[in-house]
Amino acid sequence: MGSIVDAFVQALRLLASLDAEVVGIAVLSLRVSGTATAISIILGIPAGISLALNRFPGRNLVLGLVNTGMGLPPVVVGLVVSMFFWRSGPFGFLEIMYTPTIMVVAQVLIAFPLVTGLTFAAIQQLNPRLRLQALALGASKFQALVLLMREARLPMLAAIMAGFGGVVSEVGAVMMVGGNIEGQTRVLTTAMVLESRKGNFEIALALGILLLTLSFLVNFALTWIQQKGARKWTGL
Amino acid sequence: MFRSRIRGLRLGVSLGELGVMIMKPGKLAFPARATILICLVVAISAMCMAGCSKKATVSLPKERTPLVLATTTSTADTGLLSAINPAFEAKYPYQVKTIAVGTGEALKLGEKKEADVLLVHARSSEDKFMADGFGTRRLDVMYNDFVLVGPKEDPAGIKGLKPEEALAKVAAEGKPFVTRGDDSGTHKKEKELWKAAGVKAEGAWYISTGQGMGATLKVASEKRGYTLTDRGTYLATKSLELEIIVEKHPSLLNPYGVIEVKGAKNAEGAKAYADFITSAEGQKIIAEFGKDKFGQPLFFPSAAK
Repeated sequence: MGSIVDAFVQALRLLASLDAEVVGIAVLSLRVSGTATAISIILGIPAGISLALNRFPGRNLVLGLVNTGMGLPPVVVGLVVSMFFWRSGPFGFLEIMYTPTIMVVAQVLIAFPLVTGLTFAAIQQLNPRLRLQALALGASKFQALVLLMREARLPMLAAIMAGFGGVVSEVGAVMMVGGNIEGQTRVLTTAMVLESRKGNFEIALALGILLLTLSFLVNFALTWIQQKGARKWTGL
Repeated sequence: MFRSRIRGLRLGVSLGELGVMIMKPGKLAFPARATILICLVVAISAMCMAGCSKKATVSLPKERTPLVLATTTSTADTGLLSAINPAFEAKYPYQVKTIAVGTGEALKLGEKKEADVLLVHARSSEDKFMADGFGTRRLDVMYNDFVLVGPKEDPAGIKGLKPEEALAKVAAEGKPFVTRGDDSGTHKKEKELWKAAGVKAEGAWYISTGQGMGATLKVASEKRGYTLTDRGTYLATKSLELEIIVEKHPSLLNPYGVIEVKGAKNAEGAKAYADFITSAEGQKIIAEFGKDKFGQPLFFPSAAK
């Protein structure tokens, strides 16, 4: 028990010192996972909406794939991406293995199904008559779409949070495709693995606390936006 | 046995009936069908789980005491432990639980008494571990050797040089050198060599992965860099575009030791493991290991007779 308390104290001390290397690692974590989440939003929200609004053959198959993708193990993503981008692989000529770029690619593959699947669910739980009514009242297709997105904004923000949470905390994919290279591709999760391997459990824990704090701040900001737009349930 | 057979039979019948109900949509309303389907899935998975746990208890008799072995990735990655541990378990009533980590973490696990016995390779750290009173006994087990590998073209032109000179030349030419940087036995050895070379290894050419040997070799292969590796992991890792550039030099020897952790939970098991791995039988397994697969042994026994 004592050693856990010690670890926490040492962790806080390390955070307070704001070591340049630790800051660099944290910034890279946010940059890679933030970019991956942004790309997933740009691709996943339209994909989720069009899946919810359109009927086409094979739709259930696509939905099944998306839902499976929501639970994609990062290690599998890392392995497959590595095999494609290693020198010996089909995209080896791009030479982006072990760079932040490839880490973003892998994390998009993890976050995209999450954002798509949850956006789909968010739109589908709306009353289908809402869109018809909006169209009947003279809204253009685009205006009706905006209305749907406004109505579904709370669960859609949850989709974004799930996407970000999924990638910022994963270690399997970034370790494999990034290589955990010091000063180039080392992020908070891979640094934690390294420090625990070295037996520096206190430093590993400190990095864990830092990761959770950053993740909390991002989610807190998103939650704040989300709840600002929420209907009030008090006073009912 | 008999009881469960009856239960299984009864379940089989009811499953059949359920199947009929599901197949005839007219018989039941949709929600009821969905409920039955869910029940079916739960029942089937429960049966599967029951079957699995039954099998697991058969293969792991209860009277075996766990023995926690903290070791380096090289012994596990090369498959050596898969040869030694079953032979040990056949002779002693213990079940070896292997934790394959870097030497740094393995020693730390020993300090915390999380492991009963250690099999590591970093002589100076091992001596410190013993001097600090964390172990009861340390024995030589075996050694293997390190090799300096790099791209076939040898861009720094270090073939034929002594390890220290070779490293100094790589640094002077600024060619990529990939290091594990994880405080493992291999990393410690590499640091010794840099020290002997009189070079401070830092800069854009010095790439630190913080990963195990296999992953680090892959990075070196992709980045067309040099790296220091144990021969076993190099031979066991497939699809590398790397060749051995510098080898067979006294400063590249890599001795492994076994340490019994003082005050360990299973101290008797630890003693038995250390005795076994240094016995004639254990040493023979080490000497033979790898001959069939790689055409050469990966480790050389060195226990005192």
